[in-house]
Amino acid sequence: MAMELDVFVGNTTIMDEEVYQLWLDGYTVSDAVKVRMEGGVMEECEASADVLLSDTMDQYRTFQMCERLLYSPAKLANQLLFQIPPHRQAILIERYYAFDDAFVREVLGKKLSKGTKKDLDDISAKTNVTLKSCRRQFDNFKRVFKVVEELKGPLVENIRQHFLLSDKLARDYAAIVFFANNRFETGKRKLQYLTFQDFAFCAGQLINNWTVGAVGEQIPTDHQRSFRFYMDVDLDKEFLQELKELKILITDKDLLDQHKSLVCTALRGKTKAFNEMEANFKNLSRGLVNIAAKLTNTKDVRDFFIDLVEKFIEPCRSDRWTAADMKLYLTHYTNSAHILDTFKHQVVWDRYMGVIKSCIFKMFHD
Amino acid sequence: MPGKLKAKIVAGRHLPVMDRASDLTDAFVEVKFGNTTFKTDVCPKSLNPQWNSEWFKFEVDDEDLQDEPLQVTVLDHDTYSANDAIGKVYIDIDPLLCNEAASVISGWFPIYDTIHGIRGEINVLVKVELFNDLNRFRQSSCGVKFFCTTSIPRCYRAAMVHGFVEELVVNEDPEYQWIDRIRTPRASNEARQRLISLMSGELQRKIGLKVLEMGGNAVVGYLQCFDLEGESGLVVRAIGTACTLDKLSSGSAPNTATHTHPNTAPASNACNSPSKDGKEPVFGEDLLSSSGPPTPFRALPTSSSSPPPLSPSKPCSRQSSSSDTDLSLTPKTGMGSGGSAGKEAGPLKTLLRQQTQTALEQREFPFFTLTSFPPGFLVHVGGVVSARSVKLLDRIHNPDEPETRDAWWEEIRQEIKSHAKALGCHAVVGYSESTSICEEVCILSASGTAAILNPRYMREGCLDIGIVDHRFEDPSPPSCGFCHIPYDELNMPFPTQLTYCYHCRRQKVPDVLFTTIDLPPEAAVTGKGCLIQARLCRLKKKAQGEVNATAISNLLPFMEYELHTQLMNKLKLRSMNALFGLRIQISIGENMLLGLASATGVYLTALPAPGGIQIAGKTPGDLSNEHHILTIQKRINDTIAKNKEIYQINPPELTEEVVGSPIPEPRQRSRLFRSHSESSDEVSELDLSHGKKDAFVLEIDDTDAVEDIHSLLTDATIPTGFNSCNTEIMPGIYNWTSAVQMFTSVRVFRLSNANLTNQGLNKIFTDLCENLLKSFYFKLRSMIPCCLCHLNFTVAVPEEELIQVAVTAVAMTYDKDQTQEKPAEKPITKGCIETEEQLQFPMELCADSSSTNTQLSSKISGVQETTNVSSRAASVDYGSFADRCSTWLELLRLKAHTIRRGSVKTSRRTQSLAHSVSSLERSSPVPDGRSRSLRSTRGFGGSSVTVVKMTPLSFLPGTRIIKYLGIINMFFIRETTSLREEGGVSGFLHSFIAEVFAMVRAHVAALGGNAVVSYSMKECVFMENPNKNQAQCLINVSGDAVICVRETDQEPVPSNIGQTCTSETDGAT
Repeated sequence: MAMELDVFVGNTTIMDEEVYQLWLDGYTVSDAVKVRMEGGVMEECEASADVLLSDTMDQYRTFQMCERLLYSPAKLANQLLFQIPPHRQAILIERYYAFDDAFVREVLGKKLSKGTKKDLDDISAKTNVTLKSCRRQFDNFKRVFKVVEELKGPLVENIRQHFLLSDKLARDYAAIVFFANNRFETGKRKLQYLTFQDFAFCAGQLINNWTVGAVGEQIPTDHQRSFRFYMDVDLDKEFLQELKELKILITDKDLLDQHKSLVCTALRGKTKAFNEMEANFKNLSRGLVNIAAKLTNTKDVRDFFIDLVEKFIEPCRSDRWTAADMKLYLTHYTNSAHILDTFKHQVVWDRYMGVIKSCIFKMFHD
Repeated sequence: MPGKLKAKIVAGRHLPVMDRASDLTDAFVEVKFGNTTFKTDVCPKSLNPQWNSEWFKFEVDDEDLQDEPLQVTVLDHDTYSANDAIGKVYIDIDPLLCNEAASVISGWFPIYDTIHGIRGEINVLVKVELFNDLNRFRQSSCGVKFFCTTSIPRCYRAAMVHGFVEELVVNEDPEYQWIDRIRTPRASNEARQRLISLMSGELQRKIGLKVLEMGGNAVVGYLQCFDLEGESGLVVRAIGTACTLDKLSSGSAPNTATHTHPNTAPASNACNSPSKDGKEPVFGEDLLSSSGPPTPFRALPTSSSSPPPLSPSKPCSRQSSSSDTDLSLTPKTGMGSGGSAGKEAGPLKTLLRQQTQTALEQREFPFFTLTSFPPGFLVHVGGVVSARSVKLLDRIHNPDEPETRDAWWEEIRQEIKSHAKALGCHAVVGYSESTSICEEVCILSASGTAAILNPRYMREGCLDIGIVDHRFEDPSPPSCGFCHIPYDELNMPFPTQLTYCYHCRRQKVPDVLFTTIDLPPEAAVTGKGCLIQARLCRLKKKAQGEVNATAISNLLPFMEYELHTQLMNKLKLRSMNALFGLRIQISIGENMLLGLASATGVYLTALPAPGGIQIAGKTPGDLSNEHHILTIQKRINDTIAKNKEIYQINPPELTEEVVGSPIPEPRQRSRLFRSHSESSDEVSELDLSHGKKDAFVLEIDDTDAVEDIHSLLTDATIPTGFNSCNTEIMPGIYNWTSAVQMFTSVRVFRLSNANLTNQGLNKIFTDLCENLLKSFYFKLRSMIPCCLCHLNFTVAVPEEELIQVAVTAVAMTYDKDQTQEKPAEKPITKGCIETEEQLQFPMELCADSSSTNTQLSSKISGVQETTNVSSRAASVDYGSFADRCSTWLELLRLKAHTIRRGSVKTSRRTQSLAHSVSSLERSSPVPDGRSRSLRSTRGFGGSSVTVVKMTPLSFLPGTRIIKYLGIINMFFIRETTSLREEGGVSGFLHSFIAEVFAMVRAHVAALGGNAVVSYSMKECVFMENPNKNQAQCLINVSGDAVICVRETDQEPVPSNIGQTCTSETDGAT
């Protein structure tokens, strides 16, 4: 029976998680009904297709009405229109802000602008995520970005508080915001093998170690350095400046040789790839230090990941290093620098290499 | 000048953007009461303004306080042009006028605009100082409490039930005033909302005055309705039952009401007979057709105007008018007598009865809007009485005056009264009135259940003594008494088969009983109940004026007859013998009439088993036809057998009869014979149906009949795990758990086919209702096992070719595994008095129920313990108990409590002591609840929204109501000129209903409450004009705002706060 009007409203808002997911995934009502029928709900309760259709429409309407509130999830808790138990609110929000890894991989590091939004249909076709869902995810990214962009304080915490997300999801969003803000290049063919989670991990490392907020925590109050203080969406400019000092490791011939011999001594006999390591040491070291030295250029910041791959990961991979080799090498490479008595930039070195090490570990897939 | 109203505007939040340029709003607030207006400062450029205004003080008459709402308007300040209204909040301050209800209103209210819906929220504080003017009660009726609940509210005791109160006020409908042509839709809607709010206030005040005149202090079962008559005006009318209520220590109400445990105590009440009513169409200047469906299988008595003669010889003749005793006469306290009927009653009892009767007869209308009664109140039930009358609205001489409508209702009530008399009853209970309007034609309907009531409640007297004495005096089960016929066996108002009560075996009972009341909690029931609906559509020619009215009134009796037949068939098909909560609604449209009868069917143990349904063909010669009949017969028999299984109807007696053994078991037979010999009238009738004595014969003589049978059999079965009923409690389910989900669903179907037949329409209408039910089952499947209670269907024909069905109901979960025979359980009671009483019997109880089947046990306990047991049992709630027993901690606490209590109370006689003790303890949760809600509502950030549960029932499972905060009666209009943009008609109505819920919850929370009981949506008028992209909807809702706490909260202070909070949060499912 086709109804002119058909509504069902509960005092406590009724929401079916399965239907919510279908809605989020951008299914049309009729497609959602099909999926549900195939899923076998009908047998469960002797329902007919009519019943299923009416239920799906009701729920879709409810979700549409809720969507406005989900834009600023804090409102969901003190709005009066829908009575939703807190645990359900949490589910609604978490699911609404969840995203497809395939989709986010496509827009990661891109400017969250109208231009990108126009390309969403291509991304939709490529990733098999419906356009509707793509738009929701993109708008979510943009919304979170806009809110936290100008906020002081730790990025992850800001996201979690403003959007009431779980820690994991808040971290992912922090990564997305961080990538979008610094416009890291992730789309090149050479980077295709990396997953969003790889990048998210790296973003976490960068946020925790290379931003102002990363060191800011030791500084007591927040009106000392005004605007820049506690912002961890941007890399710490002073730190980047200091990184230039590391160049000495490759420009000073003695230092370079000394460094090499220290590393080689430590590695000898511990790995099959020792010969390659020894042969490539200078190259690799130059690569890493050059990356550090160039980070003051925004353009080179964007190429940070591609540089890591080109300058370090690819050479190692062509020499058939294992992950363990990599670990061993980088550990000794980092630590040996401390023993160099003429090398004075230990703190900066550690701050730099700590992140580089963990990023490379993550990015080096066997 | 007896009152000072004070209001303070604290803050706003989530305001809409009014200034596109800045994306902000410069909001200020106007607070208006009567003709006085105050303004706050403008809070510039904020969507979350903090006004923190001074206290605005209004010095007003208490009459105005009752009539007027406080009107709060939020506006956007504009320097150059007129200020734009953001929206309004109407706050009914009535709850503040009664010292027992709320003391302050404080909280976030949705700012509502009739065009845009909810636009942000505003935090308001309201207080009232009433001066101690001794004359106060003469001027107005402040202090009279109103309850929508149709039983004695939980924390009160009925000291006296005074009876029927009604009032009606009329005004011109602002939509039809000339000015409406030049004002905006918003202004027109607001004028209407405000007018109705004023009229409701006035109506309540007037009813309050009547109550005070009668000496009462409360109105229970308050039912207020609107009639949008169109050109001729806007009518607000209300009926209710005036009572004198005594406040019990909070929560310890003698739990007479609904969700009780019938198994431990057999009941006294009952039900009887098919609806009866007069049916003489009277043609006067306006057409009055009162149609009472004659019960299909029996001839109805003659016209109701002359009630059947009552045999004067009977000692208990209901008509006796001899003694003119006044209400104030002290009753014989010893005379409780819940149950036994006149015959066995001693002369004293007879006298008493006469007294009541005359007391009742002195009243103009001995009507009661209650549907559930204190134990012992209801003595006998006669059957349903109803009357309908068709009126022409354009014939009202003086449309602005209430006289004509008063006269109409008076007429109908007189008729109801005479029907009741014809059934040998002196009162009508479960009484309600309704209208259906289409253009200038209006059907007025009234219905109720004819009954004989116990005199005790009609006069001042100590009920407790009555109950106690009763226990000693009347050892026979008082419970099945209500089934016993009130009318004279020799002069029955309609033919029926009488047998001896299957429960007490002493009195006569009818074979079927129809009532409009709830199943009495003490009633002995076999198996479970279920919702039974009869649906009917009748086409009608389009006509105007008198011709139309005549056509309608001619159709009415047929519709009632047919609905009745359907009900009876469906009842038999489910192997049940009684209907409760029967509500027959007939709606008129331009070209059709819709009839919908809903009731809850049960198998009353006291009544005989229903016979099967026998199919008979008119043309016996035709072989194929005969074969066809055989198949149908088989299907019917199968369905009956299946239904018996589903509803667990398997009384021992039943099996014998159903098998149809030609020789009934001797005991039974002799009983039957006796009844023959006693009522000679009946013999012939019994002879007629000889051989299949209770089989109900359906003749297939034409296609119509075939259709009927088909529709009978195609009623979908309820999916496993679900139950449904339209009454307060579901017979057969007692172990409710605490999850509740109240919902409203509306469907409108457009008839596409212009030339439909009656059959086609019936099919569509039936499918519409069935599909609605199916979709509820589906949506609520996560709550299984669950019961849909108080399923209230409302049908309307908003336009030609549109059928609208609106349903409000509550789904409640119960514990499936837990049955009454769990030996370890001790019954838990709703109130503390019961706790004490109950302690004295727990062993017996457990033993009874565990060792015997339910029926037996109920008999045993009935015999042993009589009334006291039943009143105690009434409050037993196994389900919620087990729920709570899940943790040892609670169990221990409970035990500790029990012990402590036990030491206080030594015997049953010290009840009054117990009262006072518990009242002291009980009082503490109230302030707790209040301060908590204040705290929470004042918070600005965070999740400060109080969870408010809503239910159409008078209780919430697993909780105890500790305070009634006042009546909620709200009327909203919503209109849109951008229907498509709001998601079409469904999107529009969906958000409107959600908004209405939100506003009800906000008002309850602001009163300090956490639940609404007896909630109902009285009106949902929806109009659309898709071509113009417009729609309008009017909704009227009502209910009682309450504070309830978890039932386990026996410890007063410390645990209470915590548990109150938890009970608030766990509510939602």
